[in-house]
Amino acid sequence: MITQLVFASAVEIAERRSGRRGASVYAGRPWALIQRNLFALRTSNALVFFSGFVEPVFYLLAFGFGLGNVIGSVHEAGGPRVSYAAFIAPALLATSAMNGALADSTWNVFFKMHYAKFYNAVMSTSLGALDTALGEIGWAVIRGLAYAIGFLAVVSPLGLVHSWWALLAIPAAGIVAFGFAAAGMAITSYLTSHQQLNWVNFLLLPMFLFSGAFFPLDRYPWFAQQVIHALPLWQAIAMLRSLMFGELDIALLGHVAYFAVFIVVGVTFTTRRLNALFLR
Amino acid sequence: MIRASGLTKRYGEFTAVAGIDFAVARGESFGLLGPNGAGKSTTMRMISATTLRSGGDLRILDRDPDTHGPEVRAHLGVVPQEGNLDTELTCAENLYVYGRYFGLSRRFLRPKVDELLAFAQLEDKRDVKVDALSGGMKRRLTIARGLVNEPEILLLDEPTTGLDPQARHILWDRLFRLKEQGVTLVVTTHYMDEAEQLCDRLIVMDRGRIMAEGSPQTLISEYSSREVLELRYGTGRNAEVAAQLEGIGQRMEALPDRLLLYVDDGEAALEAVVGRGFHPIASLVRRSSLEDVFLRLTGRSLVDE
Ligand SMILES: Nc1ncnc2c1ncn2[C@@H]1O[C@H](COP(=O)(O)OP(=O)(O)OP(=O)(O)O)[C@@H](O)[C@H]1O
Ligand SMILES: [Mg+2]
Repeated sequence: MITQLVFASAVEIAERRSGRRGASVYAGRPWALIQRNLFALRTSNALVFFSGFVEPVFYLLAFGFGLGNVIGSVHEAGGPRVSYAAFIAPALLATSAMNGALADSTWNVFFKMHYAKFYNAVMSTSLGALDTALGEIGWAVIRGLAYAIGFLAVVSPLGLVHSWWALLAIPAAGIVAFGFAAAGMAITSYLTSHQQLNWVNFLLLPMFLFSGAFFPLDRYPWFAQQVIHALPLWQAIAMLRSLMFGELDIALLGHVAYFAVFIVVGVTFTTRRLNALFLR
Repeated sequence: MIRASGLTKRYGEFTAVAGIDFAVARGESFGLLGPNGAGKSTTMRMISATTLRSGGDLRILDRDPDTHGPEVRAHLGVVPQEGNLDTELTCAENLYVYGRYFGLSRRFLRPKVDELLAFAQLEDKRDVKVDALSGGMKRRLTIARGLVNEPEILLLDEPTTGLDPQARHILWDRLFRLKEQGVTLVVTTHYMDEAEQLCDRLIVMDRGRIMAEGSPQTLISEYSSREVLELRYGTGRNAEVAAQLEGIGQRMEALPDRLLLYVDDGEAALEAVVGRGFHPIASLVRRSSLEDVFLRLTGRSLVDE
């Protein structure tokens, strides 16, 4: 038998999805963008990629082991009594996932959108807006996950992980990263100037400080607690704490549902916005 | 291949393309000419399924680009006016990754990338980041990138702007060969020689409308004379002499630096001028060109709103 090397042409590939629902926004190839970002990472300074992950580690060392010696152990209503370092470790894990996800989905997306004309090029191929959204968000998730896994690798030897359930913290960190990446890219795609992006960044600091990362929320008045419960970082911290402490309850499903909404809304708005901007 | 009727694009109140009709047949090379802001790039973007039209109808290979974007774009090679190469990647990676966006396989792309680098004469820049290329090299790489999916229709928006004469001629040669292979070309350009060289048929646009349509030859015979006689009497005297040359040739244009007489026979016209006693400082008889047609149709002044 003669085997002939015949490759599918771009047209054949595109026509496979012809007539399917969503064929005008989705070609089934978000991987193409992830591969592109891998290439770009290879030729860029890989140090930049990993530098973001050391920040939460520094917080853990300074607060967990520095301040932790003064504070002793902490106990949040309904939770176990743990060392201060063990208390803030899950929160910093959540923050790692968030930082990694936002690094790509905000600044990098803004640069590609307004300076590099990157999406103009991508959208003139047979990719659709949903491929682009999922590819870029997916890449940000990978970065968030890399930060989270790196963080876990650092804290495990320090004796801060108490339960095998903590392994579930990795997929959970993935969900957190996905939520933040989707929301981050959706918001960034609506911004038109650097200043606006700075404002968004500025809001992250109070969220980090007041989302119950560093002290139990029950010290706050009731009303403030309700506001904080609505914040994504609190949702992420609460989810990861319960996994790392091995205290599973039904609230976990609530957190997952919360992020599912973030993901769906974020991806939808990003797709719409990409369509509006680049297929106008 | 491409059929547009009443094709319209509005940006808010502003109408960039005001209801144009044209059709491009398979294997044809079709030109869009017009002054800055005429709506050429906007038309190109609508054809390339990257801008939605605001009115009229458009079919690319019998498909509506507004509703079948990815499918239509799979048939197209696009070379946009504004460079949008991936500056974070090398030359070879730019071609490879762009092919991956179309879903093409690794094994197809590996030899393809080499072939296209050779096409763009960038083999020795293979692993160089795009940032480090000269303007003309970037242009060549952009054109090569547009060919990665072996398109049936190649859309070139000012392909040779910024290229040196050698590169320009090489590119024309390559485009001819693509055309011979049956690729349909749609080209915009500000170089009239390029339009004459490349286009079987073209439209001249101005302010979103079509001013004229036809092959370069028919346009020249329709809108200009066979030859043009250029006369110089010095900036001070040109206007004065112009008034005295009435009746020679079909049409005359008095510019500050020279007079243009549109005539059938340039030498005979020059004799007639001298016969009336006006010896020019300098004179030139030349064939009428597409540039004359262009200037006649779109005027000599800069109309930038
Ligand atoms: N995205 C946009 N938003 C608003 N107006 C636009 C947009 N794109 C183009 N225009 C306007 O539409 C008109 C036509 O622009 P277009 O780019 O199609 O011109 P062109 O013929 O390609 O000109 P050039 O020869 O300078 O490239 C211009 O007046 C331009 O200002
Ligand atoms: Mg243009």
